[in-house]
Amino acid sequence: MKIKILVLTIFYLIGSFNLSYAANSEKVDQISKNLRCLICQGQSVYDSQSDFALSMKILIQNKIDEGKNDEQIYDFLKSKYGEWIVYDPEINKNTVLLWVLPLILFVFGGILILRKVSIK
Amino acid sequence: MVKNIKLIAVVFLVIVSFFILLKGLNKTNNYSPNLNSSNIDFNFKAKFLYSNEETTLYELINDKDFSLINIWASWCLPCRDEHPYLLNLNSLGKLNIIGINYKDSEVNAKKFIKELGNPYSKIVVDPSGVNSIELGAYGVPETILINNNSKTILKKYIGPLDDKKLAELKMIIKNEN
Repeated sequence: MKIKILVLTIFYLIGSFNLSYAANSEKVDQISKNLRCLICQGQSVYDSQSDFALSMKILIQNKIDEGKNDEQIYDFLKSKYGEWIVYDPEINKNTVLLWVLPLILFVFGGILILRKVSIK
Repeated sequence: MVKNIKLIAVVFLVIVSFFILLKGLNKTNNYSPNLNSSNIDFNFKAKFLYSNEETTLYELINDKDFSLINIWASWCLPCRDEHPYLLNLNSLGKLNIIGINYKDSEVNAKKFIKELGNPYSKIVVDPSGVNSIELGAYGVPETILINNNSKTILKKYIGPLDDKKLAELKMIIKNEN
């Protein structure tokens, strides 16, 4: 009986340790998936095993430990590496077409369909 | 008439996409950030290679008018090639050259310096690579020229120094003076 309890406690401890560990790195994963690996372009920091990406993940973990939120971490990296490092481009004069074009096409397509339907 | 418009639209679209793609051919896909806008955290903390004391970038760049931060590692072959250039720059006597030893073992780093000479006035270590990222660096080797008085980046080189970059660095220092 005692052994059973001991084994169960050990399993419980391992489980809870894994859980707390996973909770932390999950956050790192989530942030690093939104970051472009600058020296291995085409990959995210999350996917890459380059030195740059590995250091970046440590840095993100450090920032989380310091109590920084997602937004602050993104802003910090943007101030260092520029807008390019995040996969989500902001709206500015260079990217306005990127954001607006799908909307225009959507509306245009809608008009086309409506016209076709009303003609019938 | 309707058929004509469709044909013209298709031809127009093909031509436009052709020119967009043609223009894209000449563009390099490698992005490098706007060098002048990247700012530096001077509160960056790191340990010295030859002692266990901790220091900040503020303390490191208080010497002379210009600082040259060089990120290097003993395992990095291009660093070996650029080392003579650093020694050359050091002999000018106008630069405070700071080495950041990137993801290296202490023994190998010291061996490297012993073998090739020491152009650095101070060397700090960056075992996890985090400090280099806080500087906005990509990896090794990388060189950043800083004006110590205005605390601004004058020039940043990604990759090893060469004759052209050396001449350019000397030019910048001359002009700033």
